[in-house]
Amino acid sequence: MSQATSNARQSFVAQAVPAWRRWVVFSLLGLGAVVVLGRAFQLQVLQRDFLVQEGDKRHIRTLVIPGHRGAIRDRRGEPLALSAPVEMIWAVPAALLESPQHVYAVGKLLNRNPKELQDFLSERKDRKFVYISDPISPAEAQRVLSLKAPGVFSEPAYARYYPAGEVAAQVVGFCGRDGRGQEGLELAQEAALAGKAGSRRVIRDRAGRVVEDDLESKDSQSGQDLALTLDLRIQYLAYRELKAAVTRNNARGGLVVIADSTTGDILAMASQPGFNPNNVEDRKSSGARNRAITDGFEPGSTVKPILVAQALELGIFQPTSHVDTSPGFFKVGSLTVRDEHPQGDVDLKTILAKSSNVGAAKIGLTLGAESVWSGYQRFGFGEPLYTGFPGEASPVLRHYSEWGQIATATASYGYGLSLTAMHLVRAYSAIANDGLMPQLRLLVNAPHVPPQRAVSAAVAREMRELMEGVVQTGGTAQKAAIPGYRVAGKTGTIRKVADGGGYADKRHQSVFIGMVPAEHPRLVGLVMIDEPGAGDYYGGLVAAPVFSTVMQGAARLLRIPPGQFDLPATPLAAPALPRQTVALPTMEPRT
Amino acid sequence: MRRLRELFEGRGGMLLPLTLILAVVISALAVVRTKHENRGLVNELTRQRAEKERLDMEWAQLQLEEATLAHHARVEKIAREQLGMTEPHDYAVVSSKP
Repeated sequence: MSQATSNARQSFVAQAVPAWRRWVVFSLLGLGAVVVLGRAFQLQVLQRDFLVQEGDKRHIRTLVIPGHRGAIRDRRGEPLALSAPVEMIWAVPAALLESPQHVYAVGKLLNRNPKELQDFLSERKDRKFVYISDPISPAEAQRVLSLKAPGVFSEPAYARYYPAGEVAAQVVGFCGRDGRGQEGLELAQEAALAGKAGSRRVIRDRAGRVVEDDLESKDSQSGQDLALTLDLRIQYLAYRELKAAVTRNNARGGLVVIADSTTGDILAMASQPGFNPNNVEDRKSSGARNRAITDGFEPGSTVKPILVAQALELGIFQPTSHVDTSPGFFKVGSLTVRDEHPQGDVDLKTILAKSSNVGAAKIGLTLGAESVWSGYQRFGFGEPLYTGFPGEASPVLRHYSEWGQIATATASYGYGLSLTAMHLVRAYSAIANDGLMPQLRLLVNAPHVPPQRAVSAAVAREMRELMEGVVQTGGTAQKAAIPGYRVAGKTGTIRKVADGGGYADKRHQSVFIGMVPAEHPRLVGLVMIDEPGAGDYYGGLVAAPVFSTVMQGAARLLRIPPGQFDLPATPLAAPALPRQTVALPTMEPRT
Repeated sequence: MRRLRELFEGRGGMLLPLTLILAVVISALAVVRTKHENRGLVNELTRQRAEKERLDMEWAQLQLEEATLAHHARVEKIAREQLGMTEPHDYAVVSSKP
């Protein structure tokens, strides 16, 4: 047994292996290794960049993060302009045309005539992409998509909405199709409102899910919200009354501006004719112009209080001074200054109350060109508004060295210079604010500019006392009175420049500008009706009633008390009252 | 002490490499798990971002809707025509300060 085993072992004794076999195996293995390494070298070193790029192309996506445009709100947070998501329905014409019943259904849902939609698609059969709807709400888009019509898709977009519509249209302005501001504050504040889109590079798996997103990213920046100084409640009131007055008087247009005289905040700024910013067709009309800022006009009689304030400030006239305006006309060189209703020998209060041109011209000539000019200059008549609003009109006030006797006389009753409504509001705010002229502003966070002194506080108070005569019995604007409040103001009935030069007979601008309450004004308001065509054209008959209604409503909304109880009967003789500067409430609890 | 040395040097000399191999395997599995969790969380984050976007949109829509319903012209029309309201007239103002 053991013998056999040892024999078997012997037969397994290793024979010497021929050397060539080993070499063959080694060289085959070596060759394999070289091939593998070579391929690795080719992929890792030679083609690396290309392959990495190809891989990234298939997995790495750059997602765009949209940056939303900021909203525009009024001082109480009510939205005036908002961006909201919409959907645009688009179609592949050839695919959709293959199923006529779907064309019909889609047409019905999109409020388009199916026949017309069919033709529309047939004309564009060769195109691969055509929009078949205006921007519609996501819910409506969902309804269209749920038809499962072939070749119909929807694409998300952003649209700008103006919930206040026509009410604040000219101030807010609007955006174009590209989503950038085109008019009004949308244009002026483009830089602040516009959002910056961000991006994020991510890795996606085959199912399109994002599996890694920490590669690199740029945050999107939403645009800032813009708070206007407008109060939508007062703005609406101004808009409603202005529109009614323009219709009632068959006028070409008009404007209302209401400002907080202590801070210079514009609370309302309405223009007519108007337009609806939500309606693209409507935007091209002339209603898009914000007349209060972009239109200059000759201020007419409304500058008389500014002239008188300068006369009082210089001490050349006293509140009790008399001026002889008889016989109702007054010749200055070749110019004849006329009063419609001759007054005789009257005091300053009557000159303002009756709006005597002769009286104003005589005061102006007594002061001299330089003094009249510097008075206007101090009330900001030569200074831009600095509202930043696009298309802001520059005032035209020629230097006094170019004025002769005639120019001085006409400037005294408001002709030969051009101002915007805002200039007048600013100047009257100075009288309302005890001589300190605030810088008007439309944005709550506009940089604060300290007010300039236009006249002394005493003169400002005397002026308000004098201007109350305009609204009282015997004045030109008794219709501007507000029950319970003392109102100071001035009318203006301005003859417009005729197309062929000179002044037109039948074309007027009727203005009333005033402040409430006269003893401690909080609000300054201006109403201008352009070319009233229904008979009346005097500022006291056309513009003053609008002023009364709007300011009464504004005073009620802002809780300005009719402060007649504990004030002295004659503020002129009373000691100077401490000035209350109460900011208007920015936010009130919504009910 | 001796036993301990034996573990490493004696017959149990394989123990240290084995422990290390085990540790490597466990850590590799942990990496896989973490990676998986990471993907899940990234996915969740993406979903939440989309949700935020959707809610932002809804918020804008609701604000619009509210502003449309609360438009002064509409409120005025309803107040005047349906509810028969008017502006207050002939009211008395009572001052709280003496």
